[in-house]
Amino acid sequence: MTTKFTPDHEYIRVEGSTGIVGITPYAQEALGDIVFVELPSVGKVLKKGDEAAVVESVKAASEIYAPVSGTVTEVNDELSGNPGLINSDPTAGGWIYKIAIADAGEIDGLLDSDAYAELTL
Amino acid sequence: MRYLPHSDHERAEMLGVIGAPNIDALFSAVPSSALRTFDLGLPAHSPEFLVEAHMRALAGKNHAGADGPFFVGAGAYRHHVPATVDHLIQRSEWLTAYTPYQPEISQGTLQMLFEFQTQVAKLTGMDVANASLYDGSTGTAEAVLMARRLTRRNKIVLSGGLHPHYRDVVRAYLKDDADLECLSASPEGQGDILDHIDEQTAAIVVQTPDFYGHLRNIKTAADAAHAKGALLIVVITEVVSLGLLEAPGALGADIVVAEGQSIGNALNFGGPYLGLMATRKEFIRQMPGRLCGETVDAEGQRGFVLTLSTREQHIRREKATSNICTNSGLCALAFSIHMGLLGEAGFTRLARLNHANACKLADALAAVPGVTVLNTTFFNEMTIRTSQPAAALIERLAKRGILAGVPVSRLEPTDPSVANLIVLAATELTTDADIAALCAALSEELQ
Amino acid sequence: MSMNNQGRPTGTGTSGFASTSGSALLPNEPLLFEIGDTEHSGVDLPDVSISGSRLGGFERKMPLDLAGLTEPEAMRHYVRLSRLNHSIDSGMYPLGSCTMKHNPRLNEKVARLPGFADIHPLQPVSTVQGALELMNQLSHWLMTLTNTAAVALTPKAGAHGELLGMMAIKAAQDAAGQGHRKIVLVPESAHGTNPATAAFLGYSVKPIPAREDGTVDVQAVRDALSPDVAAIMLTNPNTCGLFEPQVIEIAEAVHAAGAFFYCDGANFNAIMGVVRPGDLGIDAMHINLHKTFSTPHGGGGPGAGPVVLSEALAPFAPVPFVRKGSSGLELVEHAEGEALGRITAFQGQMGMYVRALTYMLSHGGDGLAQAAQDAVLNANYIKARLQHVFSVPFGDYPTMHEALFDDSFLAGTGVTTLDFAKALIDEGFHPMTMYFPLVVHGAMLIEPTESESKQTLDRFCDVMEELALDAKAGNKERFTAAPLKAPRRRLDETRAARSPILKWERPDETLKAAE
Repeated sequence: MTTKFTPDHEYIRVEGSTGIVGITPYAQEALGDIVFVELPSVGKVLKKGDEAAVVESVKAASEIYAPVSGTVTEVNDELSGNPGLINSDPTAGGWIYKIAIADAGEIDGLLDSDAYAELTL
Repeated sequence: MRYLPHSDHERAEMLGVIGAPNIDALFSAVPSSALRTFDLGLPAHSPEFLVEAHMRALAGKNHAGADGPFFVGAGAYRHHVPATVDHLIQRSEWLTAYTPYQPEISQGTLQMLFEFQTQVAKLTGMDVANASLYDGSTGTAEAVLMARRLTRRNKIVLSGGLHPHYRDVVRAYLKDDADLECLSASPEGQGDILDHIDEQTAAIVVQTPDFYGHLRNIKTAADAAHAKGALLIVVITEVVSLGLLEAPGALGADIVVAEGQSIGNALNFGGPYLGLMATRKEFIRQMPGRLCGETVDAEGQRGFVLTLSTREQHIRREKATSNICTNSGLCALAFSIHMGLLGEAGFTRLARLNHANACKLADALAAVPGVTVLNTTFFNEMTIRTSQPAAALIERLAKRGILAGVPVSRLEPTDPSVANLIVLAATELTTDADIAALCAALSEELQ
Repeated sequence: MSMNNQGRPTGTGTSGFASTSGSALLPNEPLLFEIGDTEHSGVDLPDVSISGSRLGGFERKMPLDLAGLTEPEAMRHYVRLSRLNHSIDSGMYPLGSCTMKHNPRLNEKVARLPGFADIHPLQPVSTVQGALELMNQLSHWLMTLTNTAAVALTPKAGAHGELLGMMAIKAAQDAAGQGHRKIVLVPESAHGTNPATAAFLGYSVKPIPAREDGTVDVQAVRDALSPDVAAIMLTNPNTCGLFEPQVIEIAEAVHAAGAFFYCDGANFNAIMGVVRPGDLGIDAMHINLHKTFSTPHGGGGPGAGPVVLSEALAPFAPVPFVRKGSSGLELVEHAEGEALGRITAFQGQMGMYVRALTYMLSHGGDGLAQAAQDAVLNANYIKARLQHVFSVPFGDYPTMHEALFDDSFLAGTGVTTLDFAKALIDEGFHPMTMYFPLVVHGAMLIEPTESESKQTLDRFCDVMEELALDAKAGNKERFTAAPLKAPRRRLDETRAARSPILKWERPDETLKAAE
């Protein structure tokens, strides 16, 4: 199991052929209190870089892009009632959606935790 | 110049602090070819009494509603506005405040908007209302776009009873695209919209009372729309009708748009007015316009803020739900104060008075030779067919000092079937003498 | 993800100070629904009975449940509420990009003359010749001040005007067989309505980066132009309060590429009577009557956003408009040829036309130019007085009608732009515009307008200076807890957005809903 990052502050935790996508602790901190999450529909086909979801804080709406290409297999419905999960637990309970990874090769092009950490220094 | 506080001495002193030799130095970024290279040829500043005289002269050339019998409606209505309303909205703290972006020092405006939203929700029978839009016509266009977003379908059908201006505004907003279907004028109140709903339909738009005054069956329209997964947008141009007519929310409407001018706001030759918009709770995030919500402050005291603003353009930029940047705050205040003065008891009496006067008007008109009243149902407005072309007839009546209504041809100039139709309204201000004067003049003109 | 974290912080700050709300002259005011009921009314109307109703069985069954107040109760409710608002009449309102100037009361008086207020938009044109004449005179002033060929008066507000202007551009290009142009250039510093408007009309937005000095580089525009570009939307003076020095070159480049120049005229107040946008090469520009021409902001509208149009766009103006006919003035209400049609019912914001023309006649051409110069003078004065303490993002050259600071002077103090602005409330001033334009970190945009006296400006600068020094001295608590003296402390916007309460419900309804 590996976790990779995008320069746009999404993480993707790879479990077999599935990726779990959310935003990094750094990103949630910068955005402030999340008040609403617009989830993708299950079955949606995404290309790397497509807009997959939207998270809204009180004063900003930010698009969540697909870190890799694939198909949405599951979304975190918990967030509809409790968007604050992204703030309190971004990497576990605050995941946003799961994606069936179309091209495992795209994973290699993402940042590892050290490279991402450097980016957000 | 009475509005400019600086003396020349102060201006010089300030330039000194800035370190600029003259005022032109502050405009140094302006290309010299464009900086004051012209003579405007406009008159110089003028004392208050002369400006007032100029404006009075212009105003004096117009025939005001109070100058004679008045039956003009068709989307804007002449009602009485209590003196209290106009006094209050001229208070500095209401009139000269900005949009309440700093809630700590804008609780007056915010609480008023919260009360306004509550009033509109109750009137329409819907879950939520926004803090107002520009007017009913642009609100209708916004509702249509909202329905497209909600259903992810494109086809829109506009009833033939929709105000022609509203239809034209929707056309302009949608650039008359292929998915917009505008049914032809239905002055007899005929309903054919139900046959135009299919699986591609995002919404149908039905006005009631419609442009010609007929009351439309909202429940039937809602059921037919919902059966195909489409939404029903109900448009109301005369909100006073809601004092007697069933709330669209109780009949299945998905979005209600209304022109709120009738309550608290003068005719003003067409503006400023205010658009009311209300919808179901689950559609809030696709609703355009500002919203005010309740919360608490740092000490736990109840307070109000603008909320869900990420839907708006200043946050979402090209992804906003609409490009609207303002509401119609002061008009909403006038509406809210007037409605607060009326209350349920007063509002119901007002609506009844309007309907009673309209019944008298319809009965009197029906007795005029050469006049046929087309309506079997109405609230305070109706359509008549006259034995002569309506536009010229209205002009002749105006010369007699009677503003007898709106010739339909003014709004539908290319439809010969409406050439002899006039839309007339009665309100609480209509007197028996007004009705008698109208009928007498009509009888003479139509002889 | 798009990290849009430039928005202001939204928490409630630190608490622990005594409440100041509900004090002697500012009592907490209950909601209308908590003091009124369905039986009370402040309007006397006869209770008529109707025989033979024509309501056709559509009578209301759902209870209205609207609270009513008698006249004295209503007066007190709305007067008390009003006192919880800041207003221009009660103090300086230095909101950048909003132009909060004095609203003359003569405007209000004449707008209420029955000959303007009590006329119907659809009464015979022969009975409203004075109203049409007024629209003509207003048009003349607007076209003269901008040196343009036509004006569309009807837009209901600035954003609506923008929409109309871009619709006219689209109509002109469609008519010329140029409908393939699908890109609109928008500088990064633009107001959010610009990209929203372009996107609304189906254009894709191409951002133009700002130069180090906050202005737009003509070369960047040239590089972005292509046969697919429909228009540029440029604000001038721009949102940083600067006049675009290369605006003429930009206009030439845009025209050479077959595109149009839409100018956002939100900041026209800085140049009215001094610079005519038509001389700069604009094709369309909206003018906010509620900013430049003093019609009241009214707590958030109504506005009015007439759009001036160049020769090339004039044929595409929407209806209605006024023209001279054989028997007086005519109102053209139906589109002819390629014109746009209608963007609102009726004739637009007549009440605002009356006020704006009254303002123009009061000032005259000379007074308007003086007002623009005073607005620029005031902004530069503030900048000159404060720049030794505050940080200026774009170097030491003259600004137009706004002074812009960034938050680097607060570095290490633990005080944010928001905290600083909230502390200003406790000193009796409305905060400046914050966190806009987005291109400047922690922006503070101050627009004094021409209405402020030197005395007021000095007092404002003294307070600003004192606050800045206090922040730097480490007195953080004064800022993070602010405001302490306003009717409310900071409000919990997160709570409002997470579980929205958008209307009042009877307490028993709320209970039922919770069960």
